[in-house]
Amino acid sequence: MARIEAEVGKPQGGFMKWIDDRFPFTSTMKYHATEYYASKNFNFWYVFGVLAMVVLVIQLVTGVFLTMNYKPAAAEAFASVEYIMRDVEWGWLIRYMHSTGASFFFIVVYLHMFRAMLYGSYKKPRELIWIIGMLIFFVLMAEGFAGYLLPWGQMSYWGAQVIISLFGAIPGIGEGLVEIIRGDYSISDITLNRFFALHVIVLPLSLIGLIFVHIVALHEVGSNNPDGIEIKQNKGADGVPVDGVAFHPYHTSKDLVAIIVFLMLFSAVVFFAPDMGGYFLEHANFEPANLTATPEHIAPVWYFTPFYAILRAVPDKLWGFILFGTAVLLPVFLPWLDRARVKSIRYRGWIYRSALSIFVVTFLSLGWLGTQPAEPIYVLAARIFSVLYFAFFLLMPYYTTVDKTKPVPERVVYHG
Amino acid sequence: MDKLRALGRLVVLAAILATAQAHAASGAKLDKADIDPGNIASLQRGAANFMNYCSGCHSARYVRFNTIGKYLGLSEEDLVDNLMFNAEKTFETIQASMPSSDAARWYGKAPPDMSLMARAKGADYIYNFLKGFYLDPDSPTGVDNTVLAGTSMPHVLWELQGYQKALFSEHVETNSDGSTTTTHEFEKFELVSTGTLDVEKYESFVRDTVNFLAYIAEPIRAERRKLGTWVLIYLVVFLIIARMLKKQIWKDVK
Repeated sequence: MARIEAEVGKPQGGFMKWIDDRFPFTSTMKYHATEYYASKNFNFWYVFGVLAMVVLVIQLVTGVFLTMNYKPAAAEAFASVEYIMRDVEWGWLIRYMHSTGASFFFIVVYLHMFRAMLYGSYKKPRELIWIIGMLIFFVLMAEGFAGYLLPWGQMSYWGAQVIISLFGAIPGIGEGLVEIIRGDYSISDITLNRFFALHVIVLPLSLIGLIFVHIVALHEVGSNNPDGIEIKQNKGADGVPVDGVAFHPYHTSKDLVAIIVFLMLFSAVVFFAPDMGGYFLEHANFEPANLTATPEHIAPVWYFTPFYAILRAVPDKLWGFILFGTAVLLPVFLPWLDRARVKSIRYRGWIYRSALSIFVVTFLSLGWLGTQPAEPIYVLAARIFSVLYFAFFLLMPYYTTVDKTKPVPERVVYHG
Repeated sequence: MDKLRALGRLVVLAAILATAQAHAASGAKLDKADIDPGNIASLQRGAANFMNYCSGCHSARYVRFNTIGKYLGLSEEDLVDNLMFNAEKTFETIQASMPSSDAARWYGKAPPDMSLMARAKGADYIYNFLKGFYLDPDSPTGVDNTVLAGTSMPHVLWELQGYQKALFSEHVETNSDGSTTTTHEFEKFELVSTGTLDVEKYESFVRDTVNFLAYIAEPIRAERRKLGTWVLIYLVVFLIIARMLKKQIWKDVK
């Protein structure tokens, strides 16, 4: 070999070299995939980031095809959705994938956020990743909300009516703000048009941008792991973290298994229960928006109901809105509310373990209560759980300080 | 093991979510419609029932005749002869014969479109509604309904069912301030005059009609379930291969 090289010169490198001289392709692939090292002991909870990407792609692709057939006009929107469901080839599949995808997006993102709370992924040095993630969550909420108006069913209309009118509670600017959001004195064709613009351009574009930044920040500091150990502090002679394996092919092959399991659950809903008993597609939304008849029971889609239950628990409109907003915003401050010296729940004491368990029950209960009519017993329960929700965050600086933690091992726990 | 346990947790979560949220129906308890979506003969009878007794006033404006024909095994001739009373071409949708502006004037409310009624209200709701008309001399139509009190719909199926009266039990409750509240709870129907169908035949007439309404609410239902099975089989095979690939790649990680 050496003799041949000496005679004819080094190989020129071919096509890839041509590309790499003009675009950092190989180095980018190395940096983000083949030489990005993440802990080898990732467990179940570590698949939801990748799954969120999968759902994003599903939503973007199906969304494009829906846009080709959907009519963003009050007089035509409902009929155009039925046209997609009945007359467009494979339209039913595209629409069910999109409507199921919306709910799965939130399931996956809620579990992804819960992972961060289990293993302290928001703690130093990953505070910024967490904050960007929360921004993604806010944009996702706006995206879900705008998208829900588009089918122009009864629940689309009245759900939007209830939520938008909340902003009217803000003193001084409230009424004006509501008019700006609606673009009209009530929810109308104009509102539908601007929500369509937000749903297909502004918000997805923001989402993609934020997700890009989320991943750039993640790959700068490196992924956390179930032990909450910084694997970069223990590198081998080759400069590779001894507890790390390359994202590709190790984590990609593992994620592929997770993606298929996810697709099985996703398909089970799409093909066998697309309205999920009225949670993913609400029954009242099969009736076109009727401006003169309020449905007897208005409930937002399930992914907003934990916060909606908090809103309804407060008898005063303005304070209800303030607590609703605070409940949504509070998790942003987790990196500073949590004073524990260890990251992972594995090495935390009983206090945080109990607090987190109560929080899970609280969040699920609020979610269920938000779907129910506002009967006194439910409102009382919602008040109790609202207090627990806020207590989890606001008392955190105290209880994470006094909680007894266990020593964190040198190496990650891995059983092969 | 961890993975399995975590997966178990997720399944429980999904089950909680899936606990069927009852269709919002006020008051009366609904009997099960007990329809059989796979029974093509029942659907064919239901289609005929709908076109003969309902489509005069109720449209199903998203439903095309040729879609129905394909699933119910009806030829173009069958459709034209037996179902298409006011339509020319099989690709047309089901339009009511009565203009809806007149209907709104006559009944106070235009009869709703039936394309999606079974998804909006549930099959049980329509089933009970069609069986729930009872004589009420105070109503302009002469009847009221146990499922939708104060409905402006007349009992169009009276010829078949006959007329029935409803028996209510009275409950008087004494409030804390001494006043009393009277509530009426529906007990049972009593046939006053017989129609051309006996009780059992009327029941199956209604069941077939509801079956058809459930079908037109989502004509693709049977196809999506069939396709879904194949999709899941494909994913199981894919899962086995992906699992082997993962094991192979990870075999040296200690």
